[in-house]
Amino acid sequence: MKSRREFLKSAATGAVLLGTQSKLGLAGMLDQHAETGKSKVVVARDASLHGSSVSTGTQPDVKRVFDLLDRAITAYTGDTDALKAWKSLVPQDKVIGLKVNGLGGGGISTHGVLAKAVAVRLQQAGVKPGNILMWDRGARDLRACGLAINTDPGSFRCFGNDVSGYEDQYESWGKVRMRLSKILTRECGMVINLPILKDHTMAGVTFAMKNMYGVIDRPQDLHGNNCNPAIADLNCFPTIRAKVRLIIGDAFSSVYEGGPAFHPEHIWYPNALIVGEDCVAVDHTAWQMIARKRAEAGMPTLEEAGRPPHYIATAADQAHKLGTNDPARIHLMEV
Amino acid sequence: MKFKSNWKWAVAAIVIFAAAAGTGCKKKGPDPFPASGAIAGWEKTSETRTYAAKDLYQYIDGDAEQYLSAGVVSTSTSDYKYQGQLEATVDVHMMASADGARKILETGTKDAKPIQLGDAGFAYTQSIIFRKGTMLVRIVAYESTPDTPQALLALARGVEAKL
Repeated sequence: MKSRREFLKSAATGAVLLGTQSKLGLAGMLDQHAETGKSKVVVARDASLHGSSVSTGTQPDVKRVFDLLDRAITAYTGDTDALKAWKSLVPQDKVIGLKVNGLGGGGISTHGVLAKAVAVRLQQAGVKPGNILMWDRGARDLRACGLAINTDPGSFRCFGNDVSGYEDQYESWGKVRMRLSKILTRECGMVINLPILKDHTMAGVTFAMKNMYGVIDRPQDLHGNNCNPAIADLNCFPTIRAKVRLIIGDAFSSVYEGGPAFHPEHIWYPNALIVGEDCVAVDHTAWQMIARKRAEAGMPTLEEAGRPPHYIATAADQAHKLGTNDPARIHLMEV
Repeated sequence: MKFKSNWKWAVAAIVIFAAAAGTGCKKKGPDPFPASGAIAGWEKTSETRTYAAKDLYQYIDGDAEQYLSAGVVSTSTSDYKYQGQLEATVDVHMMASADGARKILETGTKDAKPIQLGDAGFAYTQSIIFRKGTMLVRIVAYESTPDTPQALLALARGVEAKL
């Protein structure tokens, strides 16, 4: 009988869950979730993350980012010590990919300071620096996140699909047939998903599951019908399902209208991290945050705006079984 | 012998002429991006990148759909910096028709202030969007400073003058 930690380590190789259709993925198998039968999602906030007088362009305070990350991870695992928590979440002997999202340019991309904070904590938890790989579609996206390209294995690596290329073989699930980035298929033993919370003119909301559009060769083909069921289908790809194990979602800043591009007139600062393993529960939580902000701003709902994120419900249905979008089955913990 | 030599020169001349004529046929559109220093305080900090409609997703992914449905032909973009600090990006979308530019411009301008720029334009605190003929221009600053609105307007006027 494997302990939870041993299981997580072996699962990260992609061998355990490859091709499985478990209802809640890994989350459903964890002791903590087994106790409640719910998918745990942590929303950790720091109202002072950007200082006292936030204005567009203000960057989050580095020390506060580390503190917030530690608070989120310890709340998630139930450990009191952050490094102990990290050690329970990641294997020390695998390459850990940190999938950021730099599509929105300098104004609204995953904050580099968050990616670096995660990388530092992974290193402190025993992962070799060269086994930590920050990645996205290409160099432009990574620069937008404030990250510098580095292929030297002596330190944290950082490069995009434009360097690695894509597999020749197609992978498919449902209606989606795509080639995957070699960073996902060949480099990474486990991926931590670091999306940025945004409104999306097609999908309604872009966060954890939508960030997987950055691991395939032709994302432009998957935007029809509000990206539904394409987002759900893509996240059912066995390789994605097996390797993308944890979400540390960046909601330091966000756009609640006009996304995925940067629209400074619609930026807001949730000053939050959203952590979980159930991508559906995480995206449902993210959607509710956007919905509340839009209501607060007197804007129509995403449904009224013609772009309801129906892909979230699709991802939870009996065909996809990627997680739960049922609030009664989500253990939402706000810290 | 002399005839053979002249014949070679004639062929070479024809080849050179044809190449030159071919180049001339590819009429380049106007470069709408002001050079560094052309607008007071503004420096052009990147090369201009141009995306054909079919490749626009590489730049803006899902956002490309609304431009494609409005008939975008190509999009060019370049980064700028004002007084060494304020960063901004200029996107110039060439549409197939003025209607396409109008369609995008009139999307989501509820809180914007109309400005006299091109055929029509709107300004927010940190961004400006305007159209001129088939061209649609969007300029976005990444920081809100007291200088941002005026600096953006000056840059926008510089772009508009080059269209």
